Amino acid sequence: MSKKLLLGNDAVARGLWEAGCSVVSSYPGTPSTEVTESAAKYPEIYAEWAPNEKVAMETAFGAALAGRRSYCGMKHVGLNVAADPLFTISYTGINAGMVIVVADDAGMHSSQNEQDSRHYAESAKVPMLEPSDSAEALAFAKLAYELSEQFDTPVLLKMCTRVAHSQSVVELSERVLPEQIPYEKKPQKYIMAPANAKRRHPVVEERTQKLIQWAETAEINRWEKGTDDQLGIVTSSTSYQYVKEVFGDSASVLKLGMAWPLPEKKIRDFAASVKRLVVVEELDPFYENYIKSLGLKVEGKNLFPMIDEFSQNLVRTKLGMTAPTGKALSEPIPGRPPVMCAGCPHRGLFFVLSKLKLTVLGDIGCYTLGAVPPLGAVDTTICMGASISGLHGFSKANAGATDHKTVAVIGDSTFMHSGMTGLVNIAYNDSRATVIILDNSITGMTGHQQNPTTGFNLKGDPASKVDLEALCKAVGIKRVRVVDPYDLKQCEEVIKEETAADEASVIISRRPCALLKYVKHNPPFHVDADKCKSCRACMKIGCPALFFQNGKAAVDTTLCVGCGVCKQLCHFDALKSSEEA
Amino acid sequence: METKNIMIVGVGGQGSLLASKLLGRLLLTKGYDIKVSEVHGMSQRGGSVVTYVRYGDKVYSPVIDKGEADFIVSFELLEAARWLEFLKPGGKIVTNIQQINPMPVITGAATYPENLVQKMKDAGADVEAFDALSVAEEAGSPKAVNIALMGRLSKFFDFTEEEWLQAIRDSVPAKHIALNEKAFQLGRR
Repeated sequence: MSKKLLLGNDAVARGLWEAGCSVVSSYPGTPSTEVTESAAKYPEIYAEWAPNEKVAMETAFGAALAGRRSYCGMKHVGLNVAADPLFTISYTGINAGMVIVVADDAGMHSSQNEQDSRHYAESAKVPMLEPSDSAEALAFAKLAYELSEQFDTPVLLKMCTRVAHSQSVVELSERVLPEQIPYEKKPQKYIMAPANAKRRHPVVEERTQKLIQWAETAEINRWEKGTDDQLGIVTSSTSYQYVKEVFGDSASVLKLGMAWPLPEKKIRDFAASVKRLVVVEELDPFYENYIKSLGLKVEGKNLFPMIDEFSQNLVRTKLGMTAPTGKALSEPIPGRPPVMCAGCPHRGLFFVLSKLKLTVLGDIGCYTLGAVPPLGAVDTTICMGASISGLHGFSKANAGATDHKTVAVIGDSTFMHSGMTGLVNIAYNDSRATVIILDNSITGMTGHQQNPTTGFNLKGDPASKVDLEALCKAVGIKRVRVVDPYDLKQCEEVIKEETAADEASVIISRRPCALLKYVKHNPPFHVDADKCKSCRACMKIGCPALFFQNGKAAVDTTLCVGCGVCKQLCHFDALKSSEEA
Repeated sequence: METKNIMIVGVGGQGSLLASKLLGRLLLTKGYDIKVSEVHGMSQRGGSVVTYVRYGDKVYSPVIDKGEADFIVSFELLEAARWLEFLKPGGKIVTNIQQINPMPVITGAATYPENLVQKMKDAGADVEAFDALSVAEEAGSPKAVNIALMGRLSKFFDFTEEEWLQAIRDSVPAKHIALNEKAFQLGRR
């Protein structure tokens, strides 16, 4: 066995490989994405990006049904999309093992909400394992397959940002590929029509009871006896690491490796062994409420917040210890929020939307950054696809009166994920909305994943490519236009025309992400200081490569990719490409 | 051994992940328990980024908290100041003096503070500030700024130069080894 430093997500992928997983289907989402990218590097695993999490989960189910161990992974909000199959696969059970990663994002490093996925395990009646570092991520992924097959259930593996995106030491083993389990036709198990589902539900409830028995003695629900009996802490995941960082071996700890179902007797025994019982868990009082339901006296959210990530200093402070402090500068430090990159194709388009003072229903992706000053062009960000369907409702509520000043913006990957159905609704139920598809030829925000519009698959091989124009026309949109977002004049003209039209329209704003390796950059621009009148017109686009120095505009040549959008805003011809004199 | 804490801070896209990868490789060969915590996704887009590297006999938490960092390695001056509160008393800051304006400064909503090196020293920090970008350019590419910083950081550790260089060779593509070795050595001068 060899030791290696692995990212939590890479460790999950290694666990999948070692456990003989054969089929992987996922939709990218921070912080879950690297599991699938990493799994795709093992030649023995078939891995793909599906258009959305529901498709991914159903694909993984099909693979498990066919008798091969399968996987799908998603971020917390992705499980909302895939919840439909999850709740019923819970009833059917599986054939070969099926493991689902759901990665929560406490602190919302890259998410629109802070939901706690443990509720899904309880509601869908599916077991959930919760690793606290990379070694456990690998081991629990393998254990999840064993549980899946032993108890005939899909198994959730709950990651969080700090476990998914932290590297720690793991020990590697070889891959063991189980024999394929032949598929057998079992209508009563796999056809969840009411008569069969009524017979399956009791099976699910019995399974939970059996899993509770397993949880009572499972090594992953670990009782670490402390040196005194004053304080007992129930915890899991990264919270466990903060607790151990602070208390070492002094406090007693019940470290739950299985978030659901919970071991009632073990928890009762643990509670009885200590004078004070505290639950340390990020987000919701999930364990705490369960323990309270047993009639036990326990503390938790009376001390700890339901908001944001925890840390060792938080644990110290909330449990009456002194936390170290450092010395900050007394003056305020300007914030550094994420921004659209220099040369981002979204910038020009958002500048025009802002200039035209349109109401913009936004969606999920890099282009959420169009909301940030100075562009400030976006009005809403809810969930994948909500821009288009929201626009339809907005239009209906105003009886079409706002159609000339309201648009939806959605990226190519997000449109594939769940924007298409909204567009069908616009065509079918006849609103005159204008939808702008920001086609940058990649799934950008999550770090450049291929999708059905890019012409390449997860492995980087050429693949079938969705023709967006033809698709929009096929669902019933007659007006479909394509613009280059680097051309502000063209964008403005087309947006004005389409929002004025008395029928629904789609504008495809097409230019590849400036960070894609194949995109050739132009030489950086520079400012002719004699011509610059310090009017700051160029600063309205919020380009990180532009700044003011000695009262004149200047270009950061290490960042500028020569997109030329700023040049179009200068009334004095002060911005020059390096090729100009 | 008590856990040691190194923070690597900078602006998204500056290459801090390679620096933490290099440190991880080196520390693993020395037999330590290690945790490296990174930030991916939204925060990468030109925002403030931080990577935590912790090593010792047994490391629990993947993050470093206020008042805990033995070292803060900063790719950009304002970022060193932003994370100053995480430095433990007696800790050291190794910072590039390069300034990258954040959007509030670009739009004029805020100003870039002046004399930050002196202000951090006045606050009691032990600050090693140098022009890592020039060092990287001297080595052959501005992208080697991360390794130039690692070179300077290496002066405060007991590991041999060869151990650092081997970790570099293990962490970068073959065609970039010579450049990065040079950036490291120039940074270590």
